[in-house]
Amino acid sequence: MSRLETLDVNAGYAGVNILDGIDLAVPDGQVTILIGPNGCGKSTLLKSLARILKPGAGHVLLDGKDIHSLNTRTVAARLGLLPQGPIAPEGLSVRELVAQGRFPHQSLLRQWTRADEDAVNGAMAIAGITDFADRPVDTLSGGQRQRCWVAMVLAQETELILLDEPTTFLDLKVQVDLMDLLTGLAHERGRTLVIVLHELSLAAAYADYLVMMKDGRIVCAGQPDAIFTAERLHDVFGLRASVLRDPASGRLVCVPTRAHAIPHKVAAVP
Amino acid sequence: MTAAAASEIVAPRHPVRAWSGIPVLLALLAGAFLLHIAVGAKQLPLGTVIEALTRFDPTVFDHVIVTNLRLPRAILAVVVGASLSLAGALMQGVTRNPLADPGLLGLTAGASFAVVMVTTFTGVTNMALVPWIAMAGALGAALVVYFIARFVPGGATPLSLTLSGAAISAFLGALISIAHLLGQDTFENLRVWLTGGLAGRDINLLWYVGPWIAIALAGGLALAPRVTVLAMGDEVAQGLGVRTGRLKVQLLAVVVVLTACSVALAGPLGFIGLVIPHVVRLYVGSDYRWIVPYAALTGAVYLLGVDIIARIAIPPREISTGIITAMVGAPLFVHLVRQRTR
Repeated sequence: MSRLETLDVNAGYAGVNILDGIDLAVPDGQVTILIGPNGCGKSTLLKSLARILKPGAGHVLLDGKDIHSLNTRTVAARLGLLPQGPIAPEGLSVRELVAQGRFPHQSLLRQWTRADEDAVNGAMAIAGITDFADRPVDTLSGGQRQRCWVAMVLAQETELILLDEPTTFLDLKVQVDLMDLLTGLAHERGRTLVIVLHELSLAAAYADYLVMMKDGRIVCAGQPDAIFTAERLHDVFGLRASVLRDPASGRLVCVPTRAHAIPHKVAAVP
Repeated sequence: MTAAAASEIVAPRHPVRAWSGIPVLLALLAGAFLLHIAVGAKQLPLGTVIEALTRFDPTVFDHVIVTNLRLPRAILAVVVGASLSLAGALMQGVTRNPLADPGLLGLTAGASFAVVMVTTFTGVTNMALVPWIAMAGALGAALVVYFIARFVPGGATPLSLTLSGAAISAFLGALISIAHLLGQDTFENLRVWLTGGLAGRDINLLWYVGPWIAIALAGGLALAPRVTVLAMGDEVAQGLGVRTGRLKVQLLAVVVVLTACSVALAGPLGFIGLVIPHVVRLYVGSDYRWIVPYAALTGAVYLLGVDIIARIAIPPREISTGIITAMVGAPLFVHLVRQRTR
């Protein structure tokens, strides 16, 4: 089953086509991770899925209907988006930021309610940011800030959540915490996630469904165990690397091969 | 931690705190309004002012002073102060530029320029046309500023908008000066108008401008919650269900109408649109849902207060309100910021 899928989508910016015939069915309740070299179109695909970008040809279907035939608010009630590197207005508190996630549920007549309050508090609790709810977002560390944005998308209470490189510029430990939080949303709360990632090992470790893209096309998609191989990484990224299985976790990791082997140090002649 | 526990720790004070200041500001507004009417060349007791407003008696001279001379000017101060502050708050949100104000995108200069040119060179005297001329000028200037910024490499960023707005404002200011030099006689009427102020304004203009301002103020208040979302970037806003293109056009319309009408009523008054939203931010935070209504009320109170000073500082003469707004406002603003950051 797939609530979100693309049929032969072509899309791009200012007349330049980037995506070339994308067919993708996002598996429900799982974590789908998009990887590929810079400029391969993974962010463009995410924007097309989120209705930010209108495809030049083909269709994006949300619950079987063309996403551009639905109004913005309807889409926002079902699908949340965290774009790359979002910026909060200076001085906005964490609570105020997270509260913006309730926007699609409000209108002139329907103002702030108990349900909104609960959604905001719940989202902050899940993201682990309740302790600094009243601090301005711009005084927090990068990892804390990213959790605030995730909480905002959570407060939106959508079944589908799309995130564009949420781990960029974060320490490895913080990246891992964030990915644990996100995969938990899918596996424990039944949300469907689509994440664009740069870090290959992180993608292989956390994806239920991995999508590799190159030059605006999907090269291959499937479980990491089936498709995350040294050969594929070379095809897609032009990267020479070994793919190993971590004996402790059973997850795949990729270790790049250096172009020049490290010369063994020769003891200095006295 | 469970969601229930979290909601106990952080009580739902988000909307509660923000509503609490509104009655205070309304009380301040009422007080400033009555005081504004009471002071002047002939001091009136507050009791007389209230009596004139509630039980008007045309045979009492003081009542006639209140309704014919002083009430219109007080209303003007409220309307212009609220309009400029609200317009400034919206512009700061949309452009994500804390230095944005109605003067920034060339709006004030455009409106002033249009009014000066039309009244100087065509001899149009029909007051009903002034707001339209001002609106056309403001909108024209905004569009020119936008298209210049658009074709700068990098597109219409806050920086390119600010720079092209400053350039257009300076250019239009120069043209106004030329008109000043060429048409000394006709310009005499406009000289005072261009310093900005509330003295000797034709109150009948309010009948033509009032409905537009009322619609634009209501529109601005209704759109305010979306401005916070928009200030987080177009993609975030779209992800939350905002039609960003349409919203920007609506906000531009509100800002153009408020600025143009204010210019038509009181000339180009600076400072208020820039600083009042910042003063408000010190107390209500950064959510435009609250900044916008608070800015409107605070702006009205501020302009009333400033106009009181303008009228009583050096009797029997009057100082132009536009001069006092900045003279009083700048030190006040510095003081507020210092107090809050201490």
